[in-house]
Amino acid sequence: MYDFPLIFRFPRPTTSRTPMALTREQIESIAALARLELSAAELPVYQASLSSILEFVGALERVDTANVTPMAHPLPGLSQRLRPDEVTEADHHAEYQRNAPQTLAGLYLVPRVIE
Amino acid sequence: MSGWETVIGLEIHAQLATRSKIFSGSATAYGAPPNAQASLVDLGYPGVLPVLNGAAVRMAVKLGLAIGATIAPVSIFARKNYFYPDLPKGYQISQYELPIVARGSLDIVLDDGTVKRVGITRAHLEEDAGKSLHEGLPGMTGVDLNRAGTPLVEIVSEPELRSAKEAVAYMKKMHTLVRYLEICDGNMQEGSFRCDANVSVRKSGATKFGTRAEIKNLNSFRFIERAINYEVARQIELLEGGGTVVQETRLYDPDKGETRSMRSKEEANDYRYFPDPDLLPVVLDAAFIESVRATLPELPDQKAARLGSQYGLSAYDAGVLTASRELADYYEAVVRAAPADAKLAANWVMGELCAALNKESLEVGAARVGPAALGGLMRKISDQTVSGNVAKIVFASMWSSGASAETVIEQQGLRQITDSGEIERLIDEVMAANPKQLAEYRSGKDKLFGFFVGQVMKATGGKANPAQLNELLKKKLSG
Amino acid sequence: MSELHHMGLTELAAGLRARRFSSVELAEVFLGRIEASQPALNAFISVTREQALADAAAADRILAAGTGGALTGVPIAHKDLFCTQGVRTTCGSRMLGNFVSPYDATVVAKLKAAGAVMLGKTNMDEFAMGSSNETSFFGPVKNPWDPRLVPGGSSGGSAAAVAARLVPGATATDTGGSIRQPAALCGITGLKPTYGRVSRYGMVAFASSLDQGGTLTASAADAALMLREMAGFDPKDSTSVEREVPDYVAALGAPLEGLKIGLLREFFDKGLEPANEQRIREALKVYESLGARLTEVSLPNLPLSVPVYYVVAPAECSSNLARFDGVRYGHRCENPRDLMDLYRRSRGEGFGAEVKRRVMTGTYVLSAGYYDAYYLKAQRVRQLISADFTRAFESVDVVMGPTTPTPAFALGAKTSDPITMYLNDIYTIGANLAGLPGVSVPCGFVGELPVGLQIVGPHFSEARLLNAAHAYQGATDWHTRIPRGFA
Repeated sequence: MYDFPLIFRFPRPTTSRTPMALTREQIESIAALARLELSAAELPVYQASLSSILEFVGALERVDTANVTPMAHPLPGLSQRLRPDEVTEADHHAEYQRNAPQTLAGLYLVPRVIE
Repeated sequence: MSGWETVIGLEIHAQLATRSKIFSGSATAYGAPPNAQASLVDLGYPGVLPVLNGAAVRMAVKLGLAIGATIAPVSIFARKNYFYPDLPKGYQISQYELPIVARGSLDIVLDDGTVKRVGITRAHLEEDAGKSLHEGLPGMTGVDLNRAGTPLVEIVSEPELRSAKEAVAYMKKMHTLVRYLEICDGNMQEGSFRCDANVSVRKSGATKFGTRAEIKNLNSFRFIERAINYEVARQIELLEGGGTVVQETRLYDPDKGETRSMRSKEEANDYRYFPDPDLLPVVLDAAFIESVRATLPELPDQKAARLGSQYGLSAYDAGVLTASRELADYYEAVVRAAPADAKLAANWVMGELCAALNKESLEVGAARVGPAALGGLMRKISDQTVSGNVAKIVFASMWSSGASAETVIEQQGLRQITDSGEIERLIDEVMAANPKQLAEYRSGKDKLFGFFVGQVMKATGGKANPAQLNELLKKKLSG
Repeated sequence: MSELHHMGLTELAAGLRARRFSSVELAEVFLGRIEASQPALNAFISVTREQALADAAAADRILAAGTGGALTGVPIAHKDLFCTQGVRTTCGSRMLGNFVSPYDATVVAKLKAAGAVMLGKTNMDEFAMGSSNETSFFGPVKNPWDPRLVPGGSSGGSAAAVAARLVPGATATDTGGSIRQPAALCGITGLKPTYGRVSRYGMVAFASSLDQGGTLTASAADAALMLREMAGFDPKDSTSVEREVPDYVAALGAPLEGLKIGLLREFFDKGLEPANEQRIREALKVYESLGARLTEVSLPNLPLSVPVYYVVAPAECSSNLARFDGVRYGHRCENPRDLMDLYRRSRGEGFGAEVKRRVMTGTYVLSAGYYDAYYLKAQRVRQLISADFTRAFESVDVVMGPTTPTPAFALGAKTSDPITMYLNDIYTIGANLAGLPGVSVPCGFVGELPVGLQIVGPHFSEARLLNAAHAYQGATDWHTRIPRGFA
């Protein structure tokens, strides 16, 4: 991978220490962020299994990775190909909307969004 | 408001003027029927993948070079994850840690004529979202994804703007620049050029920034100024009343002239940025960057400086004439047709021409008097065929008829009278017809000189050479 | 003439060209086997009988004209993760239970262009997340060697179908072992190509930096034929590689004399069942007898593969699966109260437990404050693992070891503890993290259950891997064994 000059970096929130066991509230907020409805019965199941997964992957914390560049792509040295600026797509909205749960006059419908 | 300092940073979103979208082959044209320009990639169908449009990359690099920024040799696309109906994949492909353009600047001219350099933190490529429509859909929102995937360059300024006026000046300057570069059509009504404003206030002299509010989606210069002024006043009032400013996203309501909290966007945003594994690093070598540099036009500031020195124009006039590339091109074409009359041409372009364009809401390209024709008129003024005032009549006639200055002058007999004998004859007639005024003038009522000028001009249909008339009239009146 | 279903892809393609049998005949035979096996194996989600027979009839006309491609008239099946135009594509999920793709995946289009006839879409773990094919919304697939056992996953339907000779070849995908592991547990040949060798366009994404399409066939020769037709650069996939596709079939048959095989020390660990190890050691002896030389190599960071994978794959999956929101396609809940309710219930109902677990894990490891500690850290360790492989390939041509620690296990045995399930892929994940090609070949039995030998090579060494596997299959007959009841 490439060694990126620091000037381009954008700050991220600082990392807190890895917690091992997740609380019920944390599971609820993760599920909300992921837009997943979980039943009362599911919550403790995910609480236990996510906690054990995080404990399992916690093994990585002990590895010395100083000066190791994160690997974002499995093949080294490749770069993005650039497509010519050509219009190649035609209007197929009627066909594409056959899979849609609810449409009207070419629009996809969802419950009213309040801004 | 005294005692407070305003701090503003702008995030400008400019839609790039590509034919196809940034990651798909869909058209980007405005105004198509709903979802007619939403391909499988734009719709985020299962299994489809993005492929980057080279023209979007070139345009972003062009902007970077124009603002004196560093072009990243390697930049990365990242996913910004959030759920919204107008965001089909549940993430926006954007750039985060490694944007394509970093650290540039743009100079703006302040009211007192001083130049302020505004820092630009970064500019990155990203895809636009679709649109949500509410009208005529009771209880529902309709989603049109034609705009989804339109290439955007987001230009992030440093928080260095200190007033709404400065923010507008910066926005206008950037608007001028992107159109010079032909990377954005600048159509603000259609949303091609818009901004979010980060606004905060702090006590004068304070070094720490205050808590900021982000005003979203401002798409007219007037709204930017009003929204910022409203927001500044709101924050100061809040702080002076012992309250605190909440960091939040706000929306400007142009009907009410106020900003209000956008609660829908307030619920814990955690965008979980990470490099998009569907796209590889964008690697730009020097040859690529130089090939883009070769396409750079003369930039507004360069053009203004050149116009100033080449044609002896004031900085203000040069600034006005270079506000758009088309206007500057028009002006220079006029000068080419009338090389000796550059300053006169500047006044005419900024005056009569712009007034005529504004009256009919025309772009300079649609002017009914072309630059060569206007140059012809300039020559008629400087060679005294017509006076400045008569030239305005000639111009109006040229505008409506499309005829040349020469034709209008000849057909309407507007040629200036420079024959001394003819003018003297007319003066004599006027003096004979107004003995009372003549006597009063000769007894010391100098003010009546203007009366005689008017009478003679009336008699010539305004065509007498004014200087010549003055001279002859003085001589004759004094007897 | 032996029975048609005993023939592999290569032999069937040749027989069709020689007009010894027709494509329609073949389609009828295999469709009959699929339909008869469905109650016992549940290997298919959709069987496209009518279309298949029409396509087969068209293939027969082409064959009669003598203008066919490499696979004209040969029946195959696609894992139900590949989009197929006009045919339901479910990904084993309730979410896409009624989803009909308006387009073909590039792999599907290429195989179609080569003349292959699709008989149906195979069952799989939901969105390819699973190692036992038990997470499918359409019910588990059974192992043809013993229906009480799992076939492996996530390409369990494709593997069981080929093992039971319901089709001579099937497409599959491999994100952490989803081709090689079921190939091992079902006693067939499974090839996962180099990342970027086969287009991912139209292959519904699980973890984009790990996913790769490949083949499940009886033999390595069949895999070579199928891969040759599937592989290649695709302008629609930015991560596909612009590199010529070698003729993998023509490259078969090269002698193994002097081939340097590295024995992966880390693969012969305490988790490996002694009986499985025995089969692997025997296979290595066969390689020695073919002229290959064995040396031991160590990849010290390889044991970290599973923890790295269970950060990277869920992270990517949490984002990839965000598009399933009940708006443009897929499951939508009844009577949503508001937008949030629409999202949460549609996704909560549409996704199964394992998918939800991974989406949540991924959401967490990418979230503010944890990104560095999990995602970035995992990508750094991934770099170390990749570097280990690079170093190993400086001294050996390929590395070998077991594909799985144990033979097929009982249905339900590992569903309660995700970590135990995840550890099934301990030997296969490394190749995905480093983007390397790998193949699993049957190398004997423990009791009545097949065991797989895994061969991994450097990037784009598919020809070498297939040749090594083919040479082994020339010296053994494990790959010709068919489960009782399906012979």
